[in-house]
Amino acid sequence: MRIAQPNTYFWQGNEACVEGAIASGCRFFAGYPITPASEISEHMAKRLPRISGIAIQMEDELASIGAIIGASWAGAKAMTATSGPGFSLMQEFIGYAFMTETPCVIVNVQRTGPSTGQATKCGQGDVMQSRWGTHGDYSAIVLSPNSVQEMFTLTVRAFNLAEKYRTPVILLSDETITHMREQITVPPLDTVKIINRKKPRAGETAFFGLEVIPPMPAVDEGFNVAVTGSTHDEYGIRFTADPVVHKKLVERLNNKIRNHTEEISDFEHYNIENCQIGIISYGCTSRAVHEAVEKAEAKGVKTGYIRLKTIWPFPEKTVRKLAEKADKIIVPELNLGQICYEVERASKGLAKIIPLNKIGGGELITPEELLAKILKEAEKND
Amino acid sequence: MTDKIEIRISGLGGQGVVLAGQVLGKAAVCSGKNAVQTQSYGAEARGSAAKSEVIISDDKIGFPMVRKCDILIAMSQEAVEKNVKDLKEGGLFLIDTTTVKNVPKTKARIFKIPATETSTKVLGEKLYANMIMLGALVKITGMVNEESMEKVISNTFPEKFVSINIEAYKKGKELARILFP
Repeated sequence: MRIAQPNTYFWQGNEACVEGAIASGCRFFAGYPITPASEISEHMAKRLPRISGIAIQMEDELASIGAIIGASWAGAKAMTATSGPGFSLMQEFIGYAFMTETPCVIVNVQRTGPSTGQATKCGQGDVMQSRWGTHGDYSAIVLSPNSVQEMFTLTVRAFNLAEKYRTPVILLSDETITHMREQITVPPLDTVKIINRKKPRAGETAFFGLEVIPPMPAVDEGFNVAVTGSTHDEYGIRFTADPVVHKKLVERLNNKIRNHTEEISDFEHYNIENCQIGIISYGCTSRAVHEAVEKAEAKGVKTGYIRLKTIWPFPEKTVRKLAEKADKIIVPELNLGQICYEVERASKGLAKIIPLNKIGGGELITPEELLAKILKEAEKND
Repeated sequence: MTDKIEIRISGLGGQGVVLAGQVLGKAAVCSGKNAVQTQSYGAEARGSAAKSEVIISDDKIGFPMVRKCDILIAMSQEAVEKNVKDLKEGGLFLIDTTTVKNVPKTKARIFKIPATETSTKVLGEKLYANMIMLGALVKITGMVNEESMEKVISNTFPEKFVSINIEAYKKGKELARILFP
């Protein structure tokens, strides 16, 4: 079976991710198994060889991301998948992929950290790492699925954004979403929008500049290509001391993402025009929100929410709109507070930001805990 | 009134509680319901506490974890101690009597099933106890279609393990029919 047939399935999140990647045209996977992302490696190893693709288990995570960068330059759509400890090891190469404008997808299934932490337990501690983990001036595209269905659709979107903007894209999921099984509807392939990287015309020589998103040749297509992580000009020639070349390159790399924030941003919202209490959530934590909001409204508290499907670039304008309406914004997270600071920055003092945090043991913030917080904050006059 | 059933299957790693949850969830989806199955287990491959949860509903399912269960299946003594507090009053409590010796007082309806013993005696190994419990569950509750369950078992297991697992599932139904007529 080449592509999963259109139908309703009962799949695990990791499986849906693999099928989404395959539907996007991914034909190269390199990874090193790690809980809770191992099933991605496992399914890729089963699926890709049957459709003329390649799945390799590398010696570690550094080699894994190195291999997908190489595969991308060979013309393939390529992906790797890991969890916290492996994601830490991949940081240098994420910067390399960014600097060399290499489209690829990195899946990070978050577990409880730091370090080995609790390998089988869910967490959301890598949110800031996904934005700032690599060194230097960098802009990230990071997506956050909250269902098995979105493990499919956002994997497709991750590939599309990577190809469109010629940049690494991170699918930041978590143990709950990737290990759970839910029904998922696979659409007919011809209805799935697929974006492919722009190819150069014969005779073109500038693959790193003249245009905001330059065309990308593959090796063995007859172009002279120099790929380097050092500062380079439009033609890939190294300039390791020139301030003008560096500024031009790195500003363009960042601006091609920052200037398209609105287009990249994706979120779900409810009642943000008319709420006293707002909630901003993402990933597994968001699964508690709707029930809590319904119960709060039944008790007369006007409540609304934004659920981020794209975490980075951060949708500042949308968050600010919510802050203009709501008195308080509660930010539930399975960490000791990460996105809450970004919400605080974006809301510019217009609303009071209330973090709601929980860590350890893979226990989610329950609708009851969130409801209690909503009711408490609605009652308090501060 | 929404039809929502929350089930927890608990035991030790290696007993197949996660697999039992998967099969149940898949059968529910096959009969047109919404279902979510989650699991929790230790870093060890076998022997540590493991549980699998299934929520079956006609509506969209938000929070995927079971907080209070309508049905609790316990396959180890530790599982009983840990989980019985989350069982709803009047809920169903299915116990594998081979692995659970002390049954606490509860306001639930208790069903004692010698699953592991039956698995060993009838099928030669203890590892089919999960499908026996599932068979008993289906017989007691009628929550999913008996035939669609068999269909799901046959397309979930590798071919050479299909018939013995179906046998175990049928044995579970038979036990329930005899024990709880």
